[in-house]
Amino acid sequence: MDIRIEGLSRRFGSVAALERIDLHIARGELVALLGPSGSGKTTLLRAIAGLEPADEGRILFGALDATRLPVRERQVGFVFQHYALFEHMTVLDNVTFGLRVKPRRWRPGRAEIERRARELLVRVQLEGLERRYPNQLSGGQRQRVALARALAIEPRVLLLDEPFGALDAKVRKELRGWLRGLQRTTGYTTVFVTHDHEEALELADRVVILNRGRIEQLGPVAEVYECPANPFVFEFLGSANVLPAVARGRELWLPGAEHPLTGDQIFPGGEVAVYVRPGDVRLAGADPAAIPARVIDLQRTGPRVTAQAELSDGTRLFMELPHLHHDVSQLSVGAAVRLRLLQFRAYSRADAQRPGAGRPDSRQPGAAPSGQGRIAAR
Amino acid sequence: MSTRTLEAPPLAQTNAAIDEPRWVRHLLMAVALSFLAIFLLLPLGQVLFSAFAKGAGAWWAAVTAPDSRAAICMSLLVTSLAVAANTLFGLCAAWAIAYFHFPGKRWLVTLIDLPFSVSPVIAGLIFILIFGARGWAGPWLSEHGIRIVFAWPGMVLATTFVTFPFVARTLIPLLQQKGSQHEEAALTLGASGWRMFWQVSLPKMRWALLYGVLLCNARAMGEFGAVSVVSGHIRGRTNTMPLQVELFYNDYQFEAAFALASLLAALALLTMGLKAFLEWRLRDELAATRGH
Repeated sequence: MDIRIEGLSRRFGSVAALERIDLHIARGELVALLGPSGSGKTTLLRAIAGLEPADEGRILFGALDATRLPVRERQVGFVFQHYALFEHMTVLDNVTFGLRVKPRRWRPGRAEIERRARELLVRVQLEGLERRYPNQLSGGQRQRVALARALAIEPRVLLLDEPFGALDAKVRKELRGWLRGLQRTTGYTTVFVTHDHEEALELADRVVILNRGRIEQLGPVAEVYECPANPFVFEFLGSANVLPAVARGRELWLPGAEHPLTGDQIFPGGEVAVYVRPGDVRLAGADPAAIPARVIDLQRTGPRVTAQAELSDGTRLFMELPHLHHDVSQLSVGAAVRLRLLQFRAYSRADAQRPGAGRPDSRQPGAAPSGQGRIAAR
Repeated sequence: MSTRTLEAPPLAQTNAAIDEPRWVRHLLMAVALSFLAIFLLLPLGQVLFSAFAKGAGAWWAAVTAPDSRAAICMSLLVTSLAVAANTLFGLCAAWAIAYFHFPGKRWLVTLIDLPFSVSPVIAGLIFILIFGARGWAGPWLSEHGIRIVFAWPGMVLATTFVTFPFVARTLIPLLQQKGSQHEEAALTLGASGWRMFWQVSLPKMRWALLYGVLLCNARAMGEFGAVSVVSGHIRGRTNTMPLQVELFYNDYQFEAAFALASLLAALALLTMGLKAFLEWRLRDELAATRGH
């Protein structure tokens, strides 16, 4: 079933947790809500489930207006970050709970309930553990019980709140792939919340990037990563160097450059900020069209060489070079080099200094001194 | 206090840095053990010894004497009503404090402890001042023929006042630690509020609730000061067991006094055993929550 959210707002006191959110999630889609803490992503998920009331706006499941529908009538499958399994019930009783509490008219027979639960336990690879209690299971197993319990009620939509947040890295990796497969085969419209951009990029069909209760950007994973709509999104999706530049039409002049960069964006002119990821910087040999710089720090760590370089105006930038990249072996601190940017985005200064732009965690506008390159390591 | 016992026991390891000379350690242990003997074991032994000094027959006769029987019944009545009232209040207060934000919450948390800091005699006097013949509600009550002071309703009120922190105090930390996610999960799975409470919330707090009820019950049974003020000491009508013990004692009926006291002592021992069991269950439960 598709989910349509129209103009949804939610305030906690004077703080707007969600501000006029519009979002359409297609049937069978797997969508990630991504954002820093306090961005409103969990509030949005809880609002879809009915655990959080909406101050304004509407939520529709297909043609059904669910805005005023109480939680228990929404028929959503919700998986909590800490599983929220019923500790005093066996795995089987946990999974059958949603069926057992149905009004008698709609409740399947006891044998049917048990048959369905066992089928689900096979699907989540927990057959044989029916009689165990939650505290006898590992974290990954508990998470799968929580998922089976949510699926048992044949939900209209499946909602997951940081589903892998409490698991260790290895189990998390396994469960991700497994969840992806399960979602494909069952076809449930699924929304999950995460603050980990890698997780979102790996799992989701589309990502919704939230910041301060607003959607910053939404789109297919590749599109959002390749073309971040603004500095916030760029920095949230990985490390970034910020370089000052002057724009003339399509041309971007970096400090000390004899030749301009040509972007696919057109600027009215004036100062802009060029955003480039450390991995997208390369050495350009003696190419006169490249940007002159001086190496000021160098670290060789296995397959990667990380270096810091300084442009002619003192702006610093980080770069990550593959260790087999030509010229890397001759690289040394103090050497003059020329740099090429494989991929970059330019944003107008106004965008770059908008509140909430820049490092997602540092909320002060213009926290970076202008003209200074800096890195937002995430 | 009751909440402190929910914490993990201190580590039983010896620390070399504070390892005192042997004689200091022995002296400290001797002091602690002799205090235990003098102030706990000796009186308890004395109670039981005196109670059975003239044999089990005399004990039985003293316990089943009309005044004793009346006192036992009154104690049971007052305690059961006070415990029931405080269980209900404790559940409501703990639920509200753990799950909701509302103005005055901090005040409520502080005020719940008030009965611990007020002398029980003062607590009794409060009820005399409100419901007594010259109290605020006195004239209206006597007009309608309702007796509160110097009758069982007043004793229930006084006991309830004195014991009301116990259940709330044991439930609040448990609910705060476990959070409301289980309840939310039950709702998303389609459970009604009623089913959620009985099948999810109550099982989740069963041990803490039992623990609170147990402490509340022990305190209610043994309450003397507040009840003494409001009961009026009407023989065979408004005496609870502790009050009757005092009456017997003042009448030089030592065997009867100690016989009745032995029942209270037995209750105390039973309470202690159950308390140890519940603390063990609770620790398991909280450890399981932390393990998530």
